[in-house]
Amino acid sequence: MHAIEFKNVSFRYEEEQPYVLRNVSFQVEAGEWLAIIGHNGSGKSTIAKLMNGLLFPTEGEIIINGIPLNEENIWEIRRQVGMVFQNPDNQFVGTTVRDDVAFGLENRGVPRAEMMDRITSSLEQVRMQDYLLHEPYRLSGGQKQRVAIAGVLAISPSVIILDEATAMLDPLGRKEILDTVHRVQEAQQLGLITITHDLNEVMQAHRVLVMNDGEIWTTTVPRELVKRQTELQQIGLDVPFVTQLAHALERQGITLDEQPIDHEELLDALWTLHSNK
Amino acid sequence: MDITFEQVDYTYQANSPFEHKALNNLSFHLPGGSFTAIVGHTGSGKSTLLQHLNGLVRPTSGSVHIGEHTLEPKKKPKQAKELRKQVGIVFQYPEHQLFEETVEKDIAFGPRNFGVAENEIAKRVKESAEAVGLDLSLLSRSPFELSGGQMRRVAIAGVLAVQPRVLVLDEPTAGLDPRGQREIMDMFYRLHKEQQLTTILVTHSMEDALTYADHMLVLDKGEKYMEGPPVEVFQKRQALQQVQLDVPEIFQFLQKTSERFGKPVVFEGENVDRLAEQLAGLAGGNK
Repeated sequence: MHAIEFKNVSFRYEEEQPYVLRNVSFQVEAGEWLAIIGHNGSGKSTIAKLMNGLLFPTEGEIIINGIPLNEENIWEIRRQVGMVFQNPDNQFVGTTVRDDVAFGLENRGVPRAEMMDRITSSLEQVRMQDYLLHEPYRLSGGQKQRVAIAGVLAISPSVIILDEATAMLDPLGRKEILDTVHRVQEAQQLGLITITHDLNEVMQAHRVLVMNDGEIWTTTVPRELVKRQTELQQIGLDVPFVTQLAHALERQGITLDEQPIDHEELLDALWTLHSNK
Repeated sequence: MDITFEQVDYTYQANSPFEHKALNNLSFHLPGGSFTAIVGHTGSGKSTLLQHLNGLVRPTSGSVHIGEHTLEPKKKPKQAKELRKQVGIVFQYPEHQLFEETVEKDIAFGPRNFGVAENEIAKRVKESAEAVGLDLSLLSRSPFELSGGQMRRVAIAGVLAVQPRVLVLDEPTAGLDPRGQREIMDMFYRLHKEQQLTTILVTHSMEDALTYADHMLVLDKGEKYMEGPPVEVFQKRQALQQVQLDVPEIFQFLQKTSERFGKPVVFEGENVDRLAEQLAGLAGGNK
């Protein structure tokens, strides 16, 4: 059983209009991190909206933990699929951090005693337990997104989707969020989907799905993906600094055994060359 | 147009329990035609600074000079409208502010508001659409039918159509794909050069500050924390980290390289190919 499965999903807003998603199939397993990238308008965010029933497929099927998604079971599915959106200021309803995390639980009729436990434990997981009575709007961007993630964790989902959730944050805020989500995801064996333009974020994922003009362009692992620099640039994407550098080294006649995915791997490879000389 | 801040303080909700000093004794000078990157952590005062630039707020104390215009406490600026004509601000996610039925009307809204003659407006709409790389066939379309990247270009064209002398950009590439980010920044840089604009870029991207700016202003808690050419500012990594910022990735990598190989490798404005040459020398060099 997959945490999420898309089976030949197509979508268009209205008949006569062009499809924004064509024949998309993929799976995400429990405990797996899948990054979805693609140019603006490639269909990434449509996928996110389909996953938690904000939209329904025109054709094809979406199966969450073995249950085909339909309009009847949508509320049950939303308990299993938690989403964090781009703008931290557009997703707060409570006047305190505690109330905000409580909101999703109240909506689902969780008893009060259990609610308190869940609020505390989910805020601890994102390391925001010291901010229980703070006003959300006074927090930094990264802190706000961590509270939003706590709100999602409190309803104990099996899958978390970050839809460009780090786009409006400064570099430190980005790192804060990714470290937090990754840690929680591993600890609880959640399925994690991050929709992003941030190339360094993509490199940390287990697998990456590339969208182009409403279709899947490829599904692969980051290390393989970045070998295709020229093709990626043709579809409006790019590769990280470390890949650009590795390719530039190749042009200098230095071939590395393996495509490096971070600074350390590249430096290790260079050091090995240096030492073996 | 020169921009000068002289000992500017700005306090929100003064004399109330919510009093908050957003700018504190801030002084700097940006010569006309310069390209300045303003960086700082959330809450460092960047937004408040921006709001001074076209007179949306006035300093609580001190003064702001923008070309011939002066902003002082408790004194309504003369010719506030003229100031707003000369300082164009592209806010975050400017496409959220589109509202007209057609792209053409949206771009024309600014100049029309400033009383520009109709035949001149038509000319400016066309010129600014071309400047941002919008196909003229889109002018009759609804802006809401366009892609996110195109909508942002429409919003930017609307700012350019007023023909400002100062261009203020608040995170102009947020949410765009890598190609869109590069295209928009290259476009601003070209306009900056062609029209000799004074450009101010507020950004989280140290890479963009390094690539495009000739001057950098680092804010922390409403105060000037550092100032200088980006390459010089980025020599001080520790100081930047103290205010939750960092240096561009290439600087981070060079630092690690220096540590690994035990000899200093310094940034000399290189692109990746030049850097690769240097690394090839290091890796293949004598032990």
